[in-house]
Amino acid sequence: MSITLVMCGLLFGGALAWLLEGIKPQSARWVSLLTVLVIGVYFAIALNSTAYDFSTLQLLVRVAWIPSFHIEYALALDYLSIVLISLTLFLALICVLVSWQEINDKVGFYYFNLLASIAGIVGVFTAVDMFLFFFFWEVMLLPITALIAIWGHEDRHFAAIKFFIFTQVSSLIMLVAIIAMSFIHYQQTGQLSFLYQDWLILDLPLSLTQYLMLGFFIAFAVKLPSVPVHSWLPDAHTQAPTAGSVLLAGVLLKTGAYGLIRFVLQLFPQASLNFAPVAATLGVVSILYGAKMAFAQQDLKRLVAYSSISHMGFVMLALFSFNIIAYQGAILTLVAHGLSSAALFALAGMIYSRIHSRDLNNMGGFWLNTPRMGGFALAFCAAAFGLPGLANFVAEFLSLLGAYQRYPILTIIAAFGLIGSAIYGMVLFQSVFHGKRQVKPQAINDLSARELLVFSSLLTLLIFIGLYPNSLLDFFQSENIKLVLNNTAGVTK
Amino acid sequence: MTDNMLPLMTETVLAFLPFYPLISFVLLILLGKRLSWRLAASLSIAAMVLSALSSLFVISQLSVDIPVITSHLWTWFTLSLAEGANQTNQSAASININFYLDGLSAVMISVVTGVGLLIHIFAAAYMKADENFSRFMAYMNLFIVAMLILVLADNLVLLYLGWEGVGLCSFLLIGFWYQEKANVLAARKAFIVTRIGDTALAIGLFILFKELGQLTIVDITQNAQLLWVAGDDKAYWITLLLLGGAVGKSAQLPLQTWLPDAMAGPTPVSALIHAATMVTAGVYLIARMNGLFLLAPEVMNYVAWLGAATLLLAGIAALAQSDIKRVLAYSTMSQIGYMMLSLGAGAFSAGVFHLMTHAFFKALLFLTAGAIIVALHHQQSLFKMGGLLKRLPFETALFAVGLVCLMALPGSSGFFSKEAIIAQLWSSDTAGPLLWYCAIFGALLTSIYSCRLFFLAFMGESRFEQNLQPSSSKLLKFSLIALAVLSLIGGVFANIIEMSLAEVFPLDTRIVESDPYWLHSVAIATPFVGIIFSWFYFASYRSKESAASNKNTFIASSSGIATFCRQGLAFDSFYHWLLVKPYCYLAQLNRRDVFDQLLMLNAWYVGLCHDVLKSSQTGKLRWYAAAIGLATFLLLLVLSVDVISTEAS
Amino acid sequence: MIAIPLSHILILASTLFVIGFVGVITRKNTLFILMSLEVMLNAVGVAFIGAGSAWQQADGQVMFILILTLAAAEVALGLALLIQMQRRFKSLDIDLLSKLKG
Repeated sequence: MSITLVMCGLLFGGALAWLLEGIKPQSARWVSLLTVLVIGVYFAIALNSTAYDFSTLQLLVRVAWIPSFHIEYALALDYLSIVLISLTLFLALICVLVSWQEINDKVGFYYFNLLASIAGIVGVFTAVDMFLFFFFWEVMLLPITALIAIWGHEDRHFAAIKFFIFTQVSSLIMLVAIIAMSFIHYQQTGQLSFLYQDWLILDLPLSLTQYLMLGFFIAFAVKLPSVPVHSWLPDAHTQAPTAGSVLLAGVLLKTGAYGLIRFVLQLFPQASLNFAPVAATLGVVSILYGAKMAFAQQDLKRLVAYSSISHMGFVMLALFSFNIIAYQGAILTLVAHGLSSAALFALAGMIYSRIHSRDLNNMGGFWLNTPRMGGFALAFCAAAFGLPGLANFVAEFLSLLGAYQRYPILTIIAAFGLIGSAIYGMVLFQSVFHGKRQVKPQAINDLSARELLVFSSLLTLLIFIGLYPNSLLDFFQSENIKLVLNNTAGVTK
Repeated sequence: MTDNMLPLMTETVLAFLPFYPLISFVLLILLGKRLSWRLAASLSIAAMVLSALSSLFVISQLSVDIPVITSHLWTWFTLSLAEGANQTNQSAASININFYLDGLSAVMISVVTGVGLLIHIFAAAYMKADENFSRFMAYMNLFIVAMLILVLADNLVLLYLGWEGVGLCSFLLIGFWYQEKANVLAARKAFIVTRIGDTALAIGLFILFKELGQLTIVDITQNAQLLWVAGDDKAYWITLLLLGGAVGKSAQLPLQTWLPDAMAGPTPVSALIHAATMVTAGVYLIARMNGLFLLAPEVMNYVAWLGAATLLLAGIAALAQSDIKRVLAYSTMSQIGYMMLSLGAGAFSAGVFHLMTHAFFKALLFLTAGAIIVALHHQQSLFKMGGLLKRLPFETALFAVGLVCLMALPGSSGFFSKEAIIAQLWSSDTAGPLLWYCAIFGALLTSIYSCRLFFLAFMGESRFEQNLQPSSSKLLKFSLIALAVLSLIGGVFANIIEMSLAEVFPLDTRIVESDPYWLHSVAIATPFVGIIFSWFYFASYRSKESAASNKNTFIASSSGIATFCRQGLAFDSFYHWLLVKPYCYLAQLNRRDVFDQLLMLNAWYVGLCHDVLKSSQTGKLRWYAAAIGLATFLLLLVLSVDVISTEAS
Repeated sequence: MIAIPLSHILILASTLFVIGFVGVITRKNTLFILMSLEVMLNAVGVAFIGAGSAWQQADGQVMFILILTLAAAEVALGLALLIQMQRRFKSLDIDLLSKLKG
């Protein structure tokens, strides 16, 4: 089982695509498709053949990198990272497929950026040396910024810079916290260490951890994103090329949630507990504010972007309720939102490629010509507003059910997000597919085989997880997760 | 077949019950327009026939010895509980995809599959010409799937799945003719308004789970009765929230506004979803959770009052409508009000019985109305009809049968069920004489608006100039006649229903003898009073002479009160000003995202500094030189002042 | 020989310097700017010489020779630029050369 191989394979495939583009056009697409497929298959086989028990964090690689600072190249896996990496690789496939015809300029370099950022994301999900984590955090950032800045829509430079500054500033705050943690380790043991496992056993004074926790929290809250630091997201999502939006919504936001689970909650249990009411309130505000803003948008991609903020609010609320049901709900939300928002952005991309507009006012009555697209769009909207039977319902239901145990009032307020999501879901679906036909019939074709493949694979997964969520939840029922949560909950007693 | 095979087989049949329409739905959606009318229709009807036969079979297996049949499909998800989080001491609660059949769900599935089958047959003929016929039948099938899951669910989460599923199908079918703006808006309104109720229901589930650690209906009822006494605070809030869900789905006050608009959908949809089945889901929910509701007498009282208020409001609104389908929609609201009233009074089986008979006769009324509307080239206004008695005798007869049931004239099915409700109101703990008067007044209103409808549409001078195009389809006639027969003889099911529901609902131990002797006579006489009153009051509608002399007077009255009633007592505009406008205004106000603006202040500030500094870079050498000189001079000045002041001191 | 007081020399030098400086910032013609620059350099030279003689040190004269050399090099460069400027822009107006503005 080698995660390094996965990352190197992705980078290599990307580089190959870049090189081959000059020799033979079109090859870049196939090379990246094959790379992602091969890597995905390798990951699946390697997982099945490995003997580790991933219910706890298993250290896979540990090599000295910068010995003088005790910085190591250390990677580890548990079920959380496995689920998120699987999601990443699956969405990578979707990304490659949706950009098949959309990108015609510097195709090789495009796919290199795409695969490089995916390699970075895989790294983020596995790194347990915090310096390495920070390194991957930056690695995934730069190619995505390039994706937005080079292949984005009309306002791409602004959006790319905004995205970059937001994430950069917040990750610098995290860097300060990382360095501080390592110095605390130095004070207590006489040695610098960036290793996550070493940090877990540190005895931290509460007054200090509150600030350190905030340092991490801000970085991850920006990535999640949570109100009030969400405003990079609508711009970045709107201006990014389709695959960029899919990647941003599907996986990049999940790194924020992953960081909250892995680092904020587990390194600073007491501080998180003290901070929880604020964080949960931010989550609820995000849910409602995102839903309300989504309703107000005229731009299809902006609407979906704001709906992402709303969905991520559920994650924030659930994570900071320290409850096993809510925790499962949060993880399920990550997967479900990854799939459904990816699908909605892919939909926006497909509509854009047909009518060259993202403005809802230019749409309407598409069902007449594109019944298949309409059917899928309906299913994905239904997923977004949490129709039972699809993955998002179980996710939201578990999140709210768990959160209710701790914050009854907040959860009841958050439940109004269900109404808000129905409103924007209806607006989205109806203004595109219902009503009088806005454009000439020959302008819009129904789904091509490639698009059909993208949509049907996403929908199948959404339905499967929606009807049989235990396929995922079983991994998160183990005692050790309960222990972590009990630890955090136990501090109160 | 051996004896021990039979239960297994029953379970299997029960497990497959909702899946026939599901298979048909998938096939219809996948194959779409490639299917001919004959194939698509037979596919969807065959699925319904299979479901109906299966439900007949499983219902026949229910007996006194086997009051409940369950069927486990798979575990949906498991809810782990923190230690000691609840009083029941288990570590996890499984939410299963389980079907649970008892007397109550048996009544419901027989209505859903039976009436559903007849409406499918009607729809196959009615929608034959529509180019999206297979999509229509697919939605209808999907609706049946969701509805069956709703009534068969053994836990509230699965019920919620069906609950939302029927909501989605209702949305799709109201907006079936999606090119019309009005239909689109009606569909959106229906979905969002019911979603408000659904959210209340969801919050109710959260509280239930926190308090009891269960979401399985049987366990909830048992545990609640063990842990709580009547009047418990938790039971109060939970049932209040469940009532919120029921009110949304069943179009009761205060969430009733979506139903009249929902008539934008094709008529079979109005019959199936917005009369016979989906709108009664709220009634089913309350009946299903009766164990919990009995613990909250105040909420039972609210249920009764809401039902009474809705039935009066809807009856008054029905008096002023000009669209035949809207009259029927308001009448549906009002009849569901009766059911609610009955549930609130603790007369659960009477309410459920009325649910069933109402499904028969309201489906008949809607479908006949649909047939009439088609014959009149999609003319729905009552004021444009008239004299149809002679021109469409078959439809008139069927419609009359429906109206007789609706008015609850003795002998019809509606009579048995409505009388059963009214009889139990007077001495109920949670209802009482006042509500009895409301119910009687409602019955009076019912007969008046029914007569008005009948006179306007079928009697008097014909006001429809063109030739009629009555459908000659045998399918259509068959389903109408079958429904008419059911409506007429529905009363004979009274005993069967009573028996099958006896296991589900607590025994009624009240003493009925305290009722005054005149109660029944008044209740029976009321519709006749209404008919006699209408005969004279609406004389102009039925007499040919007056109609012929001044045709122009046959327009909807534009007086203030009439408009007010026609618009459903202005609830729509009330909500529009109270909720919709402010939400849209807020959304408009903050479209640019105030948080974004605040954060972008940083960028603006940096830009400002940039501009200020940039303006000093003129590129003019002489300015630079002057600036250097000036700066040096100032520097020297400061220095010398400094030196002088130090020397002076 | 009458010893000239240092203050007189410094007043002369600063007067010359200010005259030169005013010339630099008021003149548009590059040639005059160069000449004014020369005046400023010479003013500094005068100050050096004066200070050298006042303190009886040779450093002042050494610095003056340095300035003289510098001025010669500067004039050579400046005039070369001037010719280039005349050729390219057909003008000696210094304000035309403001491409470097922000």
